[in-house]
Amino acid sequence: MSTPLSPSVAALRARFGAAVVRAEVSCGDTIVYVAPGSIHEVLAWLKDEPAERYDYLTDLTAVEYRDRERPLELVYQLWSIGRKVALRVKAELPKDGALEVGTVTDLWRGADWMEREVWDMFGIRFAGHPDLRRILMWENYSEGHPLRKDFPLRGRFSRSEQTHRALSDALEKHYSLDELSTDEAARYLPEGMRERLAGGPGA
Amino acid sequence: MDVSPQTGVITNSPNWVTTRIDALVNWSRANSLWPMPFGTACCAIEFMATAASRYDLARFGMERMAYSPRQSDVLICAGRLPFKLAPVIRKIWDQMLQPKWCISMGACASTGGIFDNYAMVQGIDTIIPVDVYVPGCPPRPEGLLHGILMLQQKIKGESVFDPMLRVEKLATQNGMFLEPASVDELSEPFGNSVAQTRSA
Repeated sequence: MSTPLSPSVAALRARFGAAVVRAEVSCGDTIVYVAPGSIHEVLAWLKDEPAERYDYLTDLTAVEYRDRERPLELVYQLWSIGRKVALRVKAELPKDGALEVGTVTDLWRGADWMEREVWDMFGIRFAGHPDLRRILMWENYSEGHPLRKDFPLRGRFSRSEQTHRALSDALEKHYSLDELSTDEAARYLPEGMRERLAGGPGA
Repeated sequence: MDVSPQTGVITNSPNWVTTRIDALVNWSRANSLWPMPFGTACCAIEFMATAASRYDLARFGMERMAYSPRQSDVLICAGRLPFKLAPVIRKIWDQMLQPKWCISMGACASTGGIFDNYAMVQGIDTIIPVDVYVPGCPPRPEGLLHGILMLQQKIKGESVFDPMLRVEKLATQNGMFLEPASVDELSEPFGNSVAQTRSA
Protein backbone atom coordinates (compact mmCIF):
# COMPACT_ATOMS: atom_id res chain seq x y z
CA MET A 1 0.00 0.00 0.00
CA SER A 2 1.55 3.27 -1.05
CA THR A 3 1.29 6.32 1.20
CA PRO A 4 -0.80 9.12 -0.32
CA LEU A 5 0.61 12.62 -0.76
CA SER A 6 0.31 14.87 2.26
CA PRO A 7 -2.84 17.05 2.03
CA SER A 8 -0.54 20.06 2.39
CA VAL A 9 0.51 19.57 -1.25
CA ALA A 10 -2.99 20.23 -2.59
CA ALA A 11 -3.26 23.28 -0.33
CA LEU A 12 0.12 24.53 -1.58
CA ARG A 13 -0.91 24.03 -5.21
CA ALA A 14 -4.17 25.91 -4.63
CA ARG A 15 -2.31 28.77 -2.97
CA PHE A 16 0.87 29.06 -5.06
CA GLY A 17 0.04 27.38 -8.39
CA ALA A 18 3.08 27.12 -10.63
CA ALA A 19 5.58 27.81 -7.82
CA VAL A 20 4.98 24.21 -6.71
CA VAL A 21 7.00 22.33 -9.32
CA ARG A 22 6.11 18.75 -8.41
CA ALA A 23 5.51 16.49 -5.44
CA GLU A 24 6.26 12.87 -4.69
CA VAL A 25 6.21 10.33 -1.89
CA SER A 26 9.46 8.62 -0.94
CA CYS A 27 9.59 6.01 1.84
CA GLY A 28 6.32 7.37 3.21
CA ASP A 29 7.51 11.00 3.29
CA THR A 30 6.00 13.67 1.10
CA ILE A 31 8.52 15.78 -0.80
CA VAL A 32 7.41 19.05 -2.41
CA TYR A 33 9.65 20.72 -5.00
CA VAL A 34 9.29 24.47 -4.98
CA ALA A 35 10.73 27.12 -7.32
CA PRO A 36 13.80 28.62 -5.59
CA GLY A 37 12.45 32.15 -6.01
CA SER A 38 9.36 31.49 -3.93
CA ILE A 39 10.93 29.33 -1.20
CA HIS A 40 10.60 32.05 1.43
CA GLU A 41 6.92 32.82 0.86
CA VAL A 42 6.05 29.12 0.68
CA LEU A 43 7.80 28.36 3.96
CA ALA A 44 6.33 31.45 5.63
CA TRP A 45 2.89 30.35 4.57
CA LEU A 46 3.45 26.75 5.71
CA LYS A 47 4.61 28.07 9.07
CA ASP A 48 1.79 30.53 9.75
CA GLU A 49 -1.26 29.16 7.92
CA PRO A 50 -3.56 27.86 10.71
CA ALA A 51 -4.37 24.63 8.83
CA GLU A 52 -0.67 23.79 8.21
CA ARG A 53 1.38 25.13 11.15
CA TYR A 54 4.70 23.54 10.21
CA ASP A 55 6.28 25.56 12.98
CA TYR A 56 9.53 23.64 13.53
CA LEU A 57 12.43 23.59 11.08
CA THR A 58 14.03 20.23 11.83
CA ASP A 59 16.87 20.56 9.36
CA LEU A 60 18.10 22.64 6.48
CA THR A 61 20.71 21.12 4.24
CA ALA A 62 21.73 20.65 0.63
CA VAL A 63 22.48 17.72 -1.66
CA GLU A 64 24.62 17.41 -4.74
CA TYR A 65 24.11 14.20 -6.68
CA ARG A 66 26.92 12.50 -8.49
CA ASP A 67 24.91 12.63 -11.73
CA ARG A 68 26.45 15.80 -13.09
CA GLU A 69 23.34 16.94 -14.94
CA ARG A 70 21.19 16.94 -11.81
CA PRO A 71 20.80 20.28 -10.05
CA LEU A 72 21.80 21.05 -6.48
CA GLU A 73 18.96 20.51 -4.04
CA LEU A 74 18.21 22.56 -0.99
CA VAL A 75 16.26 20.56 1.59
CA TYR A 76 14.00 21.99 4.29
CA GLN A 77 12.69 19.37 6.69
CA LEU A 78 9.60 20.72 8.46
CA TRP A 79 7.68 19.40 11.43
CA SER A 80 4.43 20.55 12.93
CA ILE A 81 4.71 20.30 16.68
CA GLY A 82 0.96 20.57 17.25
CA ARG A 83 -0.21 18.29 14.42
CA LYS A 84 2.75 15.88 14.63
CA VAL A 85 3.24 15.66 10.87
CA ALA A 86 6.34 16.18 8.74
CA LEU A 87 6.84 17.73 5.32
CA ARG A 88 9.99 17.96 3.21
CA VAL A 89 10.33 20.97 0.95
CA LYS A 90 13.06 21.03 -1.69
CA ALA A 91 14.32 23.67 -4.08
CA GLU A 92 16.37 22.76 -7.14
CA LEU A 93 19.20 25.13 -8.04
CA PRO A 94 20.78 24.59 -11.50
CA LYS A 95 24.56 24.53 -11.19
CA ASP A 96 25.10 27.09 -13.94
CA GLY A 97 22.68 29.57 -12.38
CA ALA A 98 23.16 31.87 -9.43
CA LEU A 99 23.38 29.70 -6.31
CA GLU A 100 21.30 32.03 -4.20
CA VAL A 101 17.98 31.83 -2.36
CA GLY A 102 16.29 33.98 0.24
CA THR A 103 17.15 33.35 3.88
CA VAL A 104 14.60 31.89 6.30
CA THR A 105 16.35 33.19 9.41
CA ASP A 106 13.50 35.69 9.83
CA LEU A 107 11.09 32.73 10.16
CA TRP A 108 13.30 30.46 12.28
CA ARG A 109 16.31 31.90 14.13
CA GLY A 110 17.70 28.38 14.25
CA ALA A 111 18.23 28.47 10.48
CA ASP A 112 21.19 30.81 11.03
CA TRP A 113 23.93 28.22 11.57
CA MET A 114 22.35 25.69 9.20
CA GLU A 115 22.42 28.23 6.37
CA ARG A 116 26.02 29.09 7.26
CA GLU A 117 26.90 25.40 7.03
CA VAL A 118 25.24 25.09 3.61
CA TRP A 119 27.14 28.18 2.45
CA ASP A 120 30.41 26.80 3.84
CA MET A 121 30.05 23.30 2.41
CA PHE A 122 28.13 23.93 -0.87
CA GLY A 123 28.61 27.61 -1.68
CA ILE A 124 24.89 28.42 -1.80
CA ARG A 125 24.29 32.02 -0.76
CA PHE A 126 21.33 33.07 1.37
CA ALA A 127 20.22 36.59 0.51
CA GLY A 128 19.33 38.56 3.61
CA HIS A 129 21.20 36.30 6.04
CA PRO A 130 22.41 38.47 8.95
CA ASP A 131 25.87 36.91 9.22
CA LEU A 132 26.79 34.64 6.31
CA ARG A 133 30.26 33.40 7.32
CA ARG A 134 31.91 30.01 7.15
CA ILE A 135 31.11 27.87 10.18
CA LEU A 136 33.03 24.58 9.94
CA MET A 137 36.07 25.62 7.92
CA TRP A 138 38.08 28.54 9.22
CA GLU A 139 37.54 32.17 8.28
CA ASN A 140 40.24 32.58 5.65
CA TYR A 141 39.84 29.12 4.09
CA SER A 142 40.36 29.67 0.39
CA GLU A 143 40.08 26.26 -1.26
CA GLY A 144 36.36 26.45 -2.00
CA HIS A 145 33.34 24.54 -0.76
CA PRO A 146 34.35 21.01 0.23
CA LEU A 147 31.12 19.06 -0.23
CA ARG A 148 30.77 20.01 -3.90
CA LYS A 149 31.43 17.08 -6.23
CA ASP A 150 34.06 19.02 -8.20
CA PHE A 151 36.08 19.55 -5.01
CA PRO A 152 39.09 17.20 -4.86
CA LEU A 153 39.04 14.84 -1.88
CA ARG A 154 42.37 16.07 -0.51
CA GLY A 155 41.73 19.73 -1.23
CA ARG A 156 43.05 21.95 -3.99
CA PHE A 157 46.45 22.79 -2.50
CA SER A 158 49.39 20.52 -1.73
CA ARG A 159 49.77 19.33 1.85
CA SER A 160 52.68 21.69 2.50
CA GLU A 161 50.67 24.64 1.18
CA GLN A 162 47.74 23.64 3.39
CA THR A 163 50.02 23.34 6.43
CA HIS A 164 51.67 26.65 5.60
CA ARG A 165 48.31 28.40 5.29
CA ALA A 166 46.98 26.80 8.47
CA LEU A 167 49.98 27.93 10.51
CA SER A 168 51.23 31.11 8.95
CA ASP A 169 48.36 33.52 9.45
CA ALA A 170 47.62 35.19 12.71
CA LEU A 171 45.01 33.43 14.81
CA GLU A 172 42.66 36.37 14.64
CA LYS A 173 42.49 35.89 10.88
CA HIS A 174 41.82 32.19 11.37
CA TYR A 175 38.96 32.60 13.83
CA SER A 176 36.78 35.66 13.64
CA LEU A 177 36.32 37.54 16.89
CA ASP A 178 32.55 37.02 16.54
CA GLU A 179 33.25 33.32 16.83
CA LEU A 180 35.08 33.77 20.10
CA SER A 181 32.73 36.34 21.63
CA THR A 182 29.64 35.49 23.65
CA ASP A 183 28.48 39.06 24.33
CA GLU A 184 25.89 38.95 21.57
CA ALA A 185 24.17 35.92 23.06
CA ALA A 186 23.58 37.64 26.41
CA ARG A 187 20.33 39.30 25.41
CA TYR A 188 18.77 35.95 24.49
CA LEU A 189 19.35 34.44 27.93
CA PRO A 190 16.38 33.94 30.28
CA GLU A 191 15.79 36.91 32.57
CA GLY A 192 16.86 35.20 35.79
CA MET A 193 20.06 33.80 34.32
CA ARG A 194 21.07 37.16 32.88
CA GLU A 195 20.71 38.81 36.28
CA ARG A 196 22.63 36.04 37.97
CA LEU A 197 25.51 36.35 35.46
CA ALA A 198 25.53 40.15 35.68
CA GLY A 199 25.96 39.90 39.43
CA GLY A 200 29.26 38.12 38.99
CA PRO A 201 30.48 35.13 40.99
CA GLY A 202 28.60 34.46 44.22
CA ALA A 203 25.59 36.56 43.23
CA MET B 1 85.95 19.10 33.75
CA ASP B 2 85.98 21.62 30.86
CA VAL B 3 83.16 24.12 31.05
CA SER B 4 82.51 26.44 28.13
CA PRO B 5 82.57 30.03 29.44
CA GLN B 6 79.86 31.17 26.99
CA THR B 7 77.28 28.45 27.46
CA GLY B 8 78.14 26.86 30.78
CA VAL B 9 77.98 23.49 29.06
CA ILE B 10 80.49 20.77 29.89
CA THR B 11 82.35 20.12 26.66
CA ASN B 12 84.53 17.10 27.30
CA SER B 13 83.44 13.48 27.17
CA PRO B 14 81.15 12.06 29.86
CA ASN B 15 82.87 11.29 33.16
CA TRP B 16 81.78 9.92 36.50
CA VAL B 17 80.30 13.24 37.66
CA THR B 18 78.26 13.96 34.55
CA THR B 19 76.85 10.47 34.24
CA ARG B 20 75.82 10.48 37.93
CA ILE B 21 74.06 13.83 37.46
CA ASP B 22 72.42 12.51 34.29
CA ALA B 23 71.18 9.44 36.13
CA LEU B 24 69.67 11.55 38.89
CA VAL B 25 68.06 14.14 36.60
CA ASN B 26 66.73 11.56 34.15
CA TRP B 27 65.36 9.43 36.98
CA SER B 28 63.39 12.38 38.31
CA ARG B 29 62.24 13.55 34.86
CA ALA B 30 61.17 10.12 33.67
CA ASN B 31 59.16 9.39 36.80
CA SER B 32 57.23 12.62 37.04
CA LEU B 33 56.00 13.20 33.51
CA TRP B 34 53.02 15.49 33.74
CA PRO B 35 50.85 15.02 30.70
CA MET B 36 49.16 17.79 28.76
CA PRO B 37 46.22 15.88 27.26
CA PHE B 38 45.16 17.13 23.84
CA GLY B 39 42.21 14.83 23.21
CA THR B 40 40.17 15.36 20.05
CA ALA B 41 38.62 11.98 19.33
CA CYS B 42 38.08 8.39 20.45
CA CYS B 43 41.76 8.05 21.46
CA ALA B 44 40.95 10.48 24.26
CA ILE B 45 38.43 7.95 25.62
CA GLU B 46 41.18 5.32 25.76
CA PHE B 47 43.44 7.92 27.34
CA MET B 48 40.83 8.49 30.06
CA ALA B 49 40.62 4.76 30.59
CA THR B 50 44.42 4.70 30.94
CA ALA B 51 44.26 7.45 33.54
CA ALA B 52 41.45 5.78 35.50
CA SER B 53 41.94 3.27 38.27
CA ARG B 54 42.01 0.03 36.27
CA TYR B 55 45.13 0.96 34.26
CA ASP B 56 46.26 3.67 36.66
CA LEU B 57 48.60 6.07 34.92
CA ALA B 58 49.63 7.29 38.37
CA ARG B 59 51.90 4.26 38.71
CA PHE B 60 54.28 6.02 36.31
CA GLY B 61 54.26 9.38 38.05
CA MET B 62 51.72 10.81 35.65
CA GLU B 63 48.71 11.19 37.90
CA ARG B 64 48.69 14.94 37.60
CA MET B 65 47.01 16.00 34.37
CA ALA B 66 48.38 19.46 33.67
CA TYR B 67 45.69 21.31 31.82
CA SER B 68 48.07 24.23 31.54
CA PRO B 69 50.82 23.79 28.96
CA ARG B 70 53.19 25.79 31.16
CA GLN B 71 53.07 23.14 33.88
CA SER B 72 53.36 20.04 31.76
CA ASP B 73 56.13 17.85 30.39
CA VAL B 74 54.56 15.62 27.77
CA LEU B 75 51.97 16.59 25.19
CA ILE B 76 49.74 13.63 24.38
CA CYS B 77 47.85 14.26 21.15
CA ALA B 78 45.01 11.73 21.37
CA GLY B 79 42.96 11.89 18.20
CA ARG B 80 42.82 13.39 14.73
CA LEU B 81 44.01 16.91 14.19
CA PRO B 82 42.17 19.05 11.64
CA PHE B 83 43.94 21.98 10.00
CA LYS B 84 41.63 24.26 11.97
CA LEU B 85 43.29 23.03 15.19
CA ALA B 86 46.85 23.03 13.80
CA PRO B 87 47.67 26.54 15.05
CA VAL B 88 46.21 25.61 18.44
CA ILE B 89 48.45 22.59 19.03
CA ARG B 90 51.45 24.54 17.70
CA LYS B 91 50.72 27.32 20.20
CA ILE B 92 50.33 24.83 23.07
CA TRP B 93 53.63 23.19 22.12
CA ASP B 94 55.35 26.59 21.97
CA GLN B 95 53.97 27.46 25.42
CA MET B 96 55.34 24.29 27.03
CA LEU B 97 58.63 24.74 28.85
CA GLN B 98 61.73 22.63 28.23
CA PRO B 99 62.26 19.80 28.88
CA LYS B 100 59.21 18.64 26.95
CA TRP B 101 58.23 15.60 24.95
CA CYS B 102 55.35 14.60 22.70
CA ILE B 103 53.43 11.36 22.30
CA SER B 104 51.36 10.96 19.16
CA MET B 105 48.59 8.57 20.18
CA GLY B 106 46.79 6.54 17.55
CA ALA B 107 46.72 6.26 13.78
CA CYS B 108 45.09 9.62 13.10
CA ALA B 109 47.49 11.72 15.13
CA SER B 110 50.46 9.82 13.70
CA THR B 111 49.50 9.67 10.01
CA GLY B 112 46.04 11.12 9.45
CA GLY B 113 44.69 7.56 9.59
CA ILE B 114 41.57 6.95 7.54
CA PHE B 115 41.02 10.70 7.22
CA ASP B 116 43.08 11.32 4.09
CA ASN B 117 40.98 14.33 3.16
CA TYR B 118 40.97 18.10 2.77
CA ALA B 119 40.43 18.91 6.45
CA MET B 120 42.98 16.73 8.25
CA VAL B 121 46.64 17.13 9.14
CA GLN B 122 48.47 14.02 7.86
CA GLY B 123 50.41 13.32 11.04
CA ILE B 124 51.11 15.86 13.77
CA ASP B 125 54.84 15.47 13.07
CA THR B 126 54.29 17.95 10.23
CA ILE B 127 53.36 20.53 12.90
CA ILE B 128 55.42 19.66 16.00
CA PRO B 129 58.26 17.20 16.73
CA VAL B 130 57.10 13.82 18.05
CA ASP B 131 59.03 11.50 20.39
CA VAL B 132 56.86 8.38 20.53
CA TYR B 133 54.20 7.15 18.11
CA VAL B 134 51.60 4.79 19.56
CA PRO B 135 49.89 2.74 16.84
CA GLY B 136 46.29 1.60 17.06
CA CYS B 137 42.84 2.79 16.17
CA PRO B 138 42.45 3.60 18.98
CA PRO B 139 45.35 2.06 20.94
CA ARG B 140 44.31 0.05 23.98
CA PRO B 141 45.42 1.46 27.34
CA GLU B 142 48.22 -1.15 27.38
CA GLY B 143 49.44 0.34 24.10
CA LEU B 144 49.58 3.83 25.51
CA LEU B 145 51.29 2.57 28.66
CA HIS B 146 53.86 0.85 26.44
CA GLY B 147 54.41 4.15 24.64
CA ILE B 148 54.90 5.92 27.95
CA LEU B 149 57.40 3.30 29.08
CA MET B 150 59.25 3.77 25.78
CA LEU B 151 59.33 7.51 26.42
CA GLN B 152 60.73 6.87 29.90
CA GLN B 153 63.44 4.68 28.35
CA LYS B 154 64.23 7.45 25.90
CA ILE B 155 64.46 10.04 28.67
CA LYS B 156 66.78 7.79 30.68
CA GLY B 157 69.15 7.75 27.70
CA GLU B 158 69.37 11.53 27.46
CA SER B 159 72.14 13.71 28.83
CA VAL B 160 71.66 17.01 30.63
CA PHE B 161 74.98 18.11 29.19
CA ASP B 162 74.00 17.64 25.55
CA PRO B 163 73.61 21.25 24.38
CA MET B 164 71.64 20.31 21.26
CA LEU B 165 69.00 18.16 22.92
CA ARG B 166 66.87 20.98 24.31
CA VAL B 167 67.22 23.43 21.43
CA GLU B 168 63.75 24.60 20.41
CA LYS B 169 62.90 23.89 16.82
CA LEU B 170 60.82 26.96 16.13
CA ALA B 171 58.48 27.41 13.22
CA THR B 172 59.94 29.59 10.50
CA GLN B 173 58.50 32.83 9.21
CA ASN B 174 55.86 31.08 7.12
CA GLY B 175 54.71 28.92 10.02
CA MET B 176 56.42 25.72 8.85
CA PHE B 177 58.63 23.72 11.13
CA LEU B 178 59.74 21.30 8.40
CA GLU B 179 60.74 21.90 4.80
CA PRO B 180 57.67 22.02 2.50
CA ALA B 181 59.02 19.02 0.56
CA SER B 182 59.23 16.99 3.80
CA VAL B 183 55.65 17.86 4.69
CA ASP B 184 54.48 16.74 1.26
CA GLU B 185 56.43 13.50 1.56
CA LEU B 186 55.15 12.76 5.07
CA SER B 187 51.60 13.41 3.88
CA GLU B 188 51.78 11.12 0.85
CA PRO B 189 48.87 8.69 0.70
CA PHE B 190 49.65 5.11 1.67
CA GLY B 191 47.75 1.88 2.10
CA ASN B 192 44.17 1.97 0.86
CA SER B 193 44.15 5.67 0.10
CA VAL B 194 46.75 5.22 -2.66
CA ALA B 195 43.89 4.05 -4.86
CA GLN B 196 42.08 7.36 -4.38
CA THR B 197 43.22 10.09 -6.70
CA ARG B 198 43.46 13.72 -5.63
CA SER B 199 40.49 14.48 -7.87
CA ALA B 200 38.32 11.58 -6.67
